[in-house]
Amino acid sequence: MRYLPLTDVDRSAMLGDIGAPSIEDLFRDVPVAARRARLFDLPLHAGELEVERHLSALAARNIAAGSVPSFLGAGAYRHHVPAAVDHLIQRSEFLTSYTPYQPEISQGTLQYLFEFQTQVATITGMDVANASMYDGSTACAEAVLMAGRVTKRRRIVLSGGLHPHYRDVVKTMTGSAGFTVDVAAADVFGEEDLAASIDKTTACVVVQYPSFFGHVRDYATLSAQCRDNGALLIVAVTEIVSLGALKPPGDMGADIVVAEGQSLGNGLNFGGPYLGLFTACTQYVRQMPGRLCGETVDADGKRGYVLTLSTREQHIRREKATSNICTNSGLCALAFCIHLTLLGGDGFGKLAAINHANAVMLADRLSGVKGVSVINRTFFNEFTVRLRSPAAPIVETLAARRILAGVPISRVYPERADLADLLLVAATEVTTTADMEALVGGLKEGV
Amino acid sequence: MAMSRDGRPTIPRNSSVAGMPAPTFTGHRGLQLEEPLIFEQGQPGRSGVDLPDPPKVEHRMGTSVRTRPIELPGLAEPQVVRHFVRLSQKNYSIDANLYPLGSCTMKHNPRLNEKMARLPGFGDIHPLQPITTVQGALALIDEVAHWLKTLSGMPAVAMSPGAGAHGELCGLMAIRAAHVARGDARRRVLVPDSAHGTNPATAALCNYEVDGVPANKRGRIDLAALKAKLGGDVAAIMLTNPNTCGLFEDQILEVADAIHGVGGFFYCDGANFNALVGRVRPGDLGIDTMHINLHKTFSTPHGGGGPGAGPVVFSAPLAPFAPLPYVVHGPDGFALKEHDGGQAFGRLKAFHGQMGMFVRALAYMRSHGADGLRQVAEDAVLAANYILAGMRGVIDPTYPGPCMHEVMFDDSSFKSSGVTTLDIAKALIDEGFHPMTIYFPLIVHGAMLIEPTETESKESLDLFIGALRALITRAKARDSAGFQAAPRFAPVRRLDETRAARQPVLRWSPPQPKQAAE
Ligand SMILES: Cc1ncc(COP(=O)(O)O)c(C=O)c1O
Repeated sequence: MRYLPLTDVDRSAMLGDIGAPSIEDLFRDVPVAARRARLFDLPLHAGELEVERHLSALAARNIAAGSVPSFLGAGAYRHHVPAAVDHLIQRSEFLTSYTPYQPEISQGTLQYLFEFQTQVATITGMDVANASMYDGSTACAEAVLMAGRVTKRRRIVLSGGLHPHYRDVVKTMTGSAGFTVDVAAADVFGEEDLAASIDKTTACVVVQYPSFFGHVRDYATLSAQCRDNGALLIVAVTEIVSLGALKPPGDMGADIVVAEGQSLGNGLNFGGPYLGLFTACTQYVRQMPGRLCGETVDADGKRGYVLTLSTREQHIRREKATSNICTNSGLCALAFCIHLTLLGGDGFGKLAAINHANAVMLADRLSGVKGVSVINRTFFNEFTVRLRSPAAPIVETLAARRILAGVPISRVYPERADLADLLLVAATEVTTTADMEALVGGLKEGV
Repeated sequence: MAMSRDGRPTIPRNSSVAGMPAPTFTGHRGLQLEEPLIFEQGQPGRSGVDLPDPPKVEHRMGTSVRTRPIELPGLAEPQVVRHFVRLSQKNYSIDANLYPLGSCTMKHNPRLNEKMARLPGFGDIHPLQPITTVQGALALIDEVAHWLKTLSGMPAVAMSPGAGAHGELCGLMAIRAAHVARGDARRRVLVPDSAHGTNPATAALCNYEVDGVPANKRGRIDLAALKAKLGGDVAAIMLTNPNTCGLFEDQILEVADAIHGVGGFFYCDGANFNALVGRVRPGDLGIDTMHINLHKTFSTPHGGGGPGAGPVVFSAPLAPFAPLPYVVHGPDGFALKEHDGGQAFGRLKAFHGQMGMFVRALAYMRSHGADGLRQVAEDAVLAANYILAGMRGVIDPTYPGPCMHEVMFDDSSFKSSGVTTLDIAKALIDEGFHPMTIYFPLIVHGAMLIEPTETESKESLDLFIGALRALITRAKARDSAGFQAAPRFAPVRRLDETRAARQPVLRWSPPQPKQAAE
């Protein structure tokens, strides 16, 4: 076995030193009935070549989004990741280290976490960011739980523009904690007004920016309404590149901003691992979930970094911790940090502008197709179109022709037959004019 | 792994190191290159990417267009590469040397796994692509699920949890749902005092009252104390096995019977599955649900803190409550159940789970096979017992052996000399080793939990044993001053954690302009 250095000679020498007659003897605390003498009914070990063949054959049964015109978004976006990113994150010292519990030999990880936290806080317009969560949806649920701790209230309001999966994760994670969840109806047109659902019992209002259906709205008024009622405004961003072109949620008065950071540095990966971003105002920092990296000095007065404010965390506080999270998305945070460092502020703005311009061009082209209408007046790189018949079968037909046309709304709102004709379409910097023409051509024939 | 309050270094004590060479002009020390923050290196007009000018369009972003500049630095690619390479050089890694963090299973991370995860057919597929275009991905998830079910001897598995703690949540939520479904909502969860912090934190997150159970003198759960706590309001017990002292819970069948006897469920924290994989099935131990950290037992890299994956196996009574989404076998191949899950307790994550980790785990499983995995457990247990034996005459384990895949020592033999467990840890750094897990579990004073894993050679274990023997011997010889100066050869010396917590600086800010001289 190529991964096991011990030889049979080593093993018997070691058993000799231990003074154990056999390996079996070391397992003597295991109840006899549970000791399996025979091998399990699974394949035997295999060499690299065989394993590679098996996995490659499975991979070949999928259509890679990058190999065809693809317009899928809905919380996961295909972007170009600079070559340096994947090279750097595979350096042994980043890839194969543990959580930086011993700061003297983990300054590499700690310094990039400090840089990452600064980047995330900067683009969201918030005071502080943590060192990452599993994904945008769990970050969103943690934000709601945090709002419960801050306000000591248990009623939450979810916008109908929130990703339905985020809605479900929030409901699941808050369900047993005694929250009541008011979910607004699907906000297809971006016109919802939540003012009437906010009162003095509301812990928080969760909105998405841009919304699930793509609308871009200014939440400054909503933020004031929340403040008047002592509720927190939580803004969830599922496409982080949008913040290169849009007003930061912090500037609109958000109290907590959570986001999916996958778009920067990270591939689609069929939905994971992704990168949950979590930011808040300084006044709430001690209620935040997850790890925080902070600056300090060493015994010689030299600048260095450590994990800090750990008295919020499970390993110190146990059942009183702000969250149960331990392992997070460290390496995805590194990929994000490197990508954003390569972009810089100007590059990030330009990337966002290209995304938006491509989406505008796509929207204009699709509006020209008979039977297709664009619903959005505002959007960033994703918008909703109405087709003349249910979107799901059309998407299937186009997939058979190797065009990934977008996400049918019915995939996430199966209970809403009235939304079956809607299709969510995204364009990013990787979308070419030829891709757009392919979709236009496909829809012309298909709708 | 965890560090406890008493293990927290406070203000470093002694800042003068005898015999340190004079500072260099650059501040660098040979291969140790100092590296400022990216924010201190940017210049306007520099960038690490070349992007075309955006096509000219009339924008449609309404009124919330960004108007202020994005204050992030500009660096060219060579600077970015150099920056992150220099940072990487300040990190310890399993690729460089043994990483004996107890409870963390820092084993070798095969590079084949990385290569496979990057196949475009896995790395570049969208979670909401039509099901017909991702049949290979669903087949892969199904195959990983099959391995996990077979290895655990359990009939069902939920694949979506993001890591171990998320898996704990998944398990407890299924338990809650099962109780609620039979109109028997319960209040309390029993958690041994030796448990990892995520266990009580998870129980609290599920709104259960956490009730501690002490350990007995043999480092196992105190069965009598457990039985005394049992009642009709107990939803579950969360037991780690092998436990956090590195010992097999030899009364586990009695524990299972006791909890089942009051209608509760048995949650097992499977962080230590590496000791059992291919050899012992949790399903044969009376366990109802257990998370499996793919980033421990199945070698997916820790990545400096994540990402991981925490699939959760279920016994038959809990299986119907597993969360959405899950893969099902349909008439035309695989399908994904994303809605109307019947008794499913809900959804834990935006998409279907940590696919990138599943690919790596399957490469690992297939490489080892049933025979290799069994060898993994055996070699892991052998290596830990070899360290236990290697320390004979210098320090005794907290509990007599055999241990499982990790061995526990404590500070009782050197405490009186003024040397602490933390000092030993920092001195190990100077010896070129990452320290063991310290001050965890909380029930052992000055705990040192050592997990070598099966991927260390005998030579490597011998060197570690030699270093640890030398340090403990020195500690007993009362060389506390020498210890307090450690580490001397790390990129930085002991860090002031008290200051970091008292005056938190959690992000870089531009330097304040100096006051103009009057
Ligand atoms: C015993 C034990 N339980 C639970 C966990 C939590 O797992 P994760 O970090 O994957 O969330 C750990 C990991 O450190 C652990 O050692």
